[in-house]
Amino acid sequence: MKTLAELQAIRDRARAQVELRRDDAGTRVVVGMATCGIAAGARPVMLRFVEEINKRALKDVAVSQTGCIGMCRLEPMVEIYTPGAEKVTYVKVTPEMVGRIVAEHIVNGSIVAEYTIGAAEGK
Amino acid sequence: MELYRAHVLVCGGTGCTSSGSAALIERFDRLLADNGLAKEIKIVRTGCFGLCEAGPIVIVYPEGTFYSRVKVEDVDEIVSEHLIKGRPVRRLIHSDTASPTAPTSLNHIQFYEKQRRVALRNCGVIDPENIDEYIAFDGYQALAKALTEMTPEGVIDQMKKSGLRGRGGGGFPTGLKWEFAYKSKSKQKYVCCNADEGDPGAFMDRSVLEGDPHAVLEAMAIAGYAIGANEGWIYVRAEYPIAVKRLNIAIEQARAYNLLGENIFGTDFSFNINIRLGAGAFVCGEETALMASIEGRRGEPRPRPPFPAVKGLFDSPTILNNVETYANVCQIILNGADWFASMGAEKSKGTKVFALGGKINNTGLVEIEMGTPLREIIFDIGGGIPGGKAFKAVQTGGPSGGCIPSSLIDTPIEYDSLIAIGSMMGSGGMIVMDEDNCMVDIARFFLDFTVDESCGKCPPCRIGTRRMLEILERIVEGKGEEGDIEKLETLAKNIKATALCGLGQTAPNPVLSTLRYFRDEYEAHIKEKRCPAGHCQALLRYTINEKCVGCTACAKACPVQCISGKVKERHAIDQSRCVKCGQCQAKCRFGAVERG
Ligand SMILES: Cc1cc2nc3c(=O)[nH]c(=O)nc-3n(C[C@H](O)[C@H](O)[C@H](O)COP(=O)(O)O)c2cc1C
Ligand code: SF4
Ligand code: SF4
Ligand code: SF4
Ligand code: FES
Ligand code: FES
Repeated sequence: MKTLAELQAIRDRARAQVELRRDDAGTRVVVGMATCGIAAGARPVMLRFVEEINKRALKDVAVSQTGCIGMCRLEPMVEIYTPGAEKVTYVKVTPEMVGRIVAEHIVNGSIVAEYTIGAAEGK
Repeated sequence: MELYRAHVLVCGGTGCTSSGSAALIERFDRLLADNGLAKEIKIVRTGCFGLCEAGPIVIVYPEGTFYSRVKVEDVDEIVSEHLIKGRPVRRLIHSDTASPTAPTSLNHIQFYEKQRRVALRNCGVIDPENIDEYIAFDGYQALAKALTEMTPEGVIDQMKKSGLRGRGGGGFPTGLKWEFAYKSKSKQKYVCCNADEGDPGAFMDRSVLEGDPHAVLEAMAIAGYAIGANEGWIYVRAEYPIAVKRLNIAIEQARAYNLLGENIFGTDFSFNINIRLGAGAFVCGEETALMASIEGRRGEPRPRPPFPAVKGLFDSPTILNNVETYANVCQIILNGADWFASMGAEKSKGTKVFALGGKINNTGLVEIEMGTPLREIIFDIGGGIPGGKAFKAVQTGGPSGGCIPSSLIDTPIEYDSLIAIGSMMGSGGMIVMDEDNCMVDIARFFLDFTVDESCGKCPPCRIGTRRMLEILERIVEGKGEEGDIEKLETLAKNIKATALCGLGQTAPNPVLSTLRYFRDEYEAHIKEKRCPAGHCQALLRYTINEKCVGCTACAKACPVQCISGKVKERHAIDQSRCVKCGQCQAKCRFGAVERG
């Protein structure tokens, strides 16, 4: 290592790895992974999130899981927490939907309304 | 580079390693592989979290779920419930005595809530054997900043402004020490790190080295740049194998990145670090003895001046700082002197790490802001005294320090306030005592330690402390004589005034401070042949009071048949034959046997 720039490069690369452990972690994607969630296919959904976030090298995004959210019929459910914003709940999420949620919601900050709990319940 | 959805941090500090954390890691590795989770979940072996007593510690991120006392069998449940199904295993979640409902995240555990982590910021957070993780948490940024944006004078100026004082015991201002060495003209200078940590019960420095070794290396390099040295030495006790191993790994990794070595960051500054293993003699922590030991000579102190800043290691200008002192340096350079000086008290800036031990619920490592009252450490962070016993005193400063009585528990933790009440900051040992501790015996314990550790070079320490110990031993054996207290005081005064090094000069402190606050206990031992705490075996007496109904239970239990009395009449103990086994008291259902 000869320059400061090289150190910064290592830091940026390594940061993504430890992001989960920082107190100020930004966006958090929480996948409901209790029995019914797993049965409804939550695992492939979660893996797609991890994959997408990896692919785009998004920083400050953590994927985690939670237990029963309480509405089994809407599983798989995904909740997205962004600092300073109301949490958004997506329901009946399939791996195919993940790309859009990541691109539109997490990257661009606009909620994919038709996947949200409001849209599903409004029907 | 792979991203993981969860990190499982398993403590690999000395405490948790001895309570079996290595087996946990093995089990986690196995189960993650078996369940095809190895690519999703990462296992990280960290340094000490500070709650060793509740170890082994496991933390699962991103939730921050804090598990304690985890057994190998529990790993299966954590994997199947928490990692696969997302349901934290509640029965394993750590709970403080203070909070009725178990908090799930470590930020909400009372033990941590009142702490402020600067020196320990990375301990239990990063993998100490992976330099990239250190860099991710801004590692080596301070060195880069110092080398590329600051002059040596600028670095020293920041250190002085920060108000940082040595954490190894003396509390000497660090910036000033660096300035002396900077001003000493010499081609060869040295930067030394004191990792000898000789205080019984102390393990702050060990935890920093095990949990965040790069922070010390980086700070030493900054010190080298500031004073104009290109060689560093770490003097670490050989009894710290994990710390030594991680230091070696860290040095190797830093060299591979050229963060140690020649022309660091393309500047003309070069710096290398060597390790010297100490054999564990307490006196080798004294600066001149330490340097003699690094040079391969006998670890004996020599008179000062000349001070090491002028003539130290290999007769060259040298600075020696404690591990924890160094652990603050990079933060000061990165965040600025003002940031550091905003923490703590008027003449004691920043934070201090303490190893909390003795009669306390949460034994472990705590880092608090200077100026915090002792009460907060003992009752809020430490969780108070176990078994509903009364708090009696707290000992700080190890064998050089003193006992602080419960009446002074609101004293703020600062260098000067502790000295004013006859103790000292010391390196960070903090031993809590309850009503069952005999203060005379505590003084005897510490003096026994110093007598053992005296290097023998000068008579006041070699002979004087031994005389003091003999008197104390007599007193706890019930053979104390009128005038003993005065003899102790005279000896103490003379030793303090004439001993060559800090070991001898401070050795009488534990005696003096207990005499100051617990003189009545000494007097009870000497005049009444009584130990008020009921601790000193030789002075213990079992007696039978008027509550005795004459049931004969005690007499039957006594192994030496020294209890006599008729059925239904009050019994009596023949003191001359009693061996103080306590059987009678245990057997009496009427509370008639007294101990005192
Ligand atoms: C008998 C004796 C033992 C000491 N042991 C240690 C020790 O184990 N660790 C330590 O850092 N300082 C120890 N010191 C203090 C050192 O001599 C020295 O003051 C200190 O390492 C300086 O670093 P600091 O200014 O960063 O505290 C000891 C001093 C004496 C007199
Ligand atoms: S005071 Fe004690 S330890 Fe220090 S030089 Fe004298 S004999 Fe040795
Ligand atoms: S056991 Fe208690 S009550 Fe019974 S004889 Fe002994 S002292 Fe008295
Ligand atoms: S303490 Fe033991 S030896 Fe003494 S009187 Fe009681 S039972 Fe007997
Ligand atoms: S188990 Fe899935 S919502 Fe209840
Ligand atoms: S060694 Fe694990 S918490 Fe201290």
